[in-house]
Order: sequence, then structure tokens, then C-alpha cells
Amino acid sequence: MPMDAHEIEDLIRQALPDAQVTIEDMRGDGDHYAALVVSSAFKGKTRVQQHKMVFDALGGRMGGALHALSLQTAVPS
Amino acid sequence: MSDDAVFSRIRQEIEETPVVLFMKGTPMFPQCGFSAAVVQVLSNLGVKFKGIDVLSDPSLREGIKRFTNWPTLPQLYVKGEFVGGCDIVREMAANGELDQLLKDKGVTAGAA
Repeated sequence: MPMDAHEIEDLIRQALPDAQVTIEDMRGDGDHYAALVVSSAFKGKTRVQQHKMVFDALGGRMGGALHALSLQTAVPS
Repeated sequence: MSDDAVFSRIRQEIEETPVVLFMKGTPMFPQCGFSAAVVQVLSNLGVKFKGIDVLSDPSLREGIKRFTNWPTLPQLYVKGEFVGGCDIVREMAANGELDQLLKDKGVTAGAA
């Protein structure tokens, strides 16, 4: 079940309002995305914790509707 | 199988073996690109690891997600500790963090 890139971005921004979200539709099929999320909320968190924050923002869609979202997180420099 | 039973099996696996990869398919025949990518990373580093095929056991496939509180596979454990999924492992391999983590944990890599 494909998901729109804007929808992904909106969900992430709702949870992490300062986030800069860059989403790439890897195959142009609305199903394989790569997302880069940069947020100050990640400061002091491990990478696992940072990814979990994004998964939480996606409200259980990760691994379900979003089975192929490649994720990279970072703190603003 | 109940969560308790699955969780104790998982706990046993990650305590018994220094590097465990819960994956779709086997290291020889990964059934998913993300699992294949992590197998590749570990092989490149010359790390000995145990691949556990969750596709052969539906209770394990769902149980490992709840155990780690992580929604996707593969999942890499080193010395009983969750390291990450495919993206994190790839990123850590690229910037040398994975190599360092394995050294810190006393996991010796063979010649890569």
C-alpha cells in the first residue's frame, strides 16, 4: 500500500516541528523512500533512539504501509 | 508461542552468540534486500555472525519486533545489545563506527 511522500513529511513534522525532512522516492513508485530527517530534538540521543522517534512519528506505519523507508537522522550542524 | 517463550529464546540467542543477525532468509540466501545488505557489511568486515531466519518462524518474526521495540527487519545484535537495522548498520560501517563498536565489544574480526 503506497504512501505519499508529503504524508510522510507531514507526520514527521507534526512530531518534530523543527525537522528538516528530505524525502526521495527511490524508484518513483511511491513505495521505496529514502528520508533524511534533521532535527535538534535528536541532540544527545543514540541513533537507535533517533530512529525510534521517527518511527513513533509515523505511528506504526513503519514496517507496515511503509515497508521500504530508508532512514537517516542527524542533528543540525 | 507466547511472548515469554519467544523472548526467552531471543535472549538466549543474543547471550550465547556475540554477533546475531535476525533476518529474512539465511546469510547464504537472503530473502530481502535490506537483510542482504547487512550480511554484505558483516562479511566485508570479516565478522563471524549467526543469521537467524525469521521467515521460518512467524512467532519469532513478530516477537523480535516486540522484543527490540523496532518495527523492521533485519536487526543486528552485538554482545546482547541491539545495534540497529539496515540503515544504521550501513551508516556505521561507512564511517568506521561499526568496526570500533566490534573492537570495543571484544569481537574479533577475521581478515576482511
